[in-house]
Amino acid sequence: MIHKYRLNGYRIVMDTNSGAVHLFEEAPFLMLDYLEKEDCVPELPPQDMMEALRGQFDEETLTQAYAELRELYTSGQLFSADEYEKFATMMTNAPIKSMCLNIAHDCNLRCEYCFAAKGDFGRGRMLMPLEVAKKAIDFLIEKSGPRHNLEVDFFGGEPLMNFDVVKETVAYARSIEKAHNKNFRFTITTNGLLLTDDKIDFINREMSNVVLSIDGRKEVNDRLRVRTNGSGSYDTIVPRFQKLVATRGKDKDYYARGTFTKYNLDFTEDVLHLVDLGFDQVSVEPVVSDPKLSYSIQEEDLPRVFEEYERLANTIIARKKEGRGFNFFHFMLDLNQGPCAIKRLRGCSCGNEYVAVTPEGDIFPCHQFVGEDEWKMGNVLDGSYDMERKNMFALANVYSKEQCKNCWAKFYCSGGCNANNWQYEGDIHKPHSIACALEQKRLECAVMIQAALAE
Amino acid sequence: MEQIKTLNKANLKESAVKGGCGECQASCQSACKTSCTVANQKCENANR
Repeated sequence: MIHKYRLNGYRIVMDTNSGAVHLFEEAPFLMLDYLEKEDCVPELPPQDMMEALRGQFDEETLTQAYAELRELYTSGQLFSADEYEKFATMMTNAPIKSMCLNIAHDCNLRCEYCFAAKGDFGRGRMLMPLEVAKKAIDFLIEKSGPRHNLEVDFFGGEPLMNFDVVKETVAYARSIEKAHNKNFRFTITTNGLLLTDDKIDFINREMSNVVLSIDGRKEVNDRLRVRTNGSGSYDTIVPRFQKLVATRGKDKDYYARGTFTKYNLDFTEDVLHLVDLGFDQVSVEPVVSDPKLSYSIQEEDLPRVFEEYERLANTIIARKKEGRGFNFFHFMLDLNQGPCAIKRLRGCSCGNEYVAVTPEGDIFPCHQFVGEDEWKMGNVLDGSYDMERKNMFALANVYSKEQCKNCWAKFYCSGGCNANNWQYEGDIHKPHSIACALEQKRLECAVMIQAALAE
Repeated sequence: MEQIKTLNKANLKESAVKGGCGECQASCQSACKTSCTVANQKCENANR
């Protein structure tokens, strides 16, 4: 399987199964139209192909182009075989290594697009007691088997509303990690309203990653990210986020993370606004919501969003070449040393290697499933844990999803978000169509950026 | 090659054999929390 496309003057060919990415001249690129249906490069060139292209190219060009295609094919870099399906069942019984700890089902913002029902996940406002947090850490250690690196993301709601418990949970985990031969990596996702110097110090010391929620330009941010009284949050959070980033060690990650909606389809401006504020690690992502809502990205918006992703990609190339580069999360791609194929077919591993825990101690496959009681998998207080459901999630991979199996992007996207699949398509194995279209476009742009920077 | 330039080492198949250690970050924890791109995650396996 291959994917070929033209973008920004480049003819790009991606070989799905080897991971090879090639830049083609015109003649071999056009030849692929004839070879793609058979998914191979036969020893002798198809006569109809050569006859059709003779009017456009001289014989030498055509002969050489075909020889190069054949060389790629025989060396396993074009139309290479899919040999991964046998690994698809390897994920059962994988240990849990990652936990989203919903430390606060409460929030001091009322963001219009919040997937968590404005902070409480539809379950009532509640902060996680320390006892539950400790049990969650114990549960993670117990279920982590031989995994050394364990991740805990403090999430909500707004986790700074329960910051004492955050601090004590970190202290507890640190106090027992060595005895269990574990290395905890903490992350936190915050809207910034309650950030103080003390909290910034703690986060910069203890958290390997921090996700700072801000949508971009003031008018964009303040339209949807509002407080309980309806006022905007931008003026309060910007200086606090800037201080956090300015004092953060370079060995630690952070992202200024925004959401774009139908209201700001010119989101390149928001990305650049965040960069101008001093944030060089940026993630601005499409809202995922009921298509009936006024701010939702709908199918009819896709051409406009695609155009905007191209604009953003070109801006990133230009800035990198000027020495003013920044990272945009969804365009980050390491073509040589990315994740292994096993990880790429596992995807997010929700419900299997990754779980979310609520303030009551209830276990869900991930934070996106919290509040959907039919998906509850157990509770850390009584140690219950639904292994049957865990195994069901373990088997949700790119080979269990018919549309993913036949998609060129399967080893980049890895099957999409199971929760969104269920919420919008009714089945965790059925990818959410708008999300797929957006993901494919982002990948095309990300690879094109690599091509441009390789020149 | 004159008409085709390859941008990378195309080692995905090799990575299937040596990979799967599971020490890397869960992709959803990295920056997004709503959508998955796995290809931008860091590999933690020094022996690959």
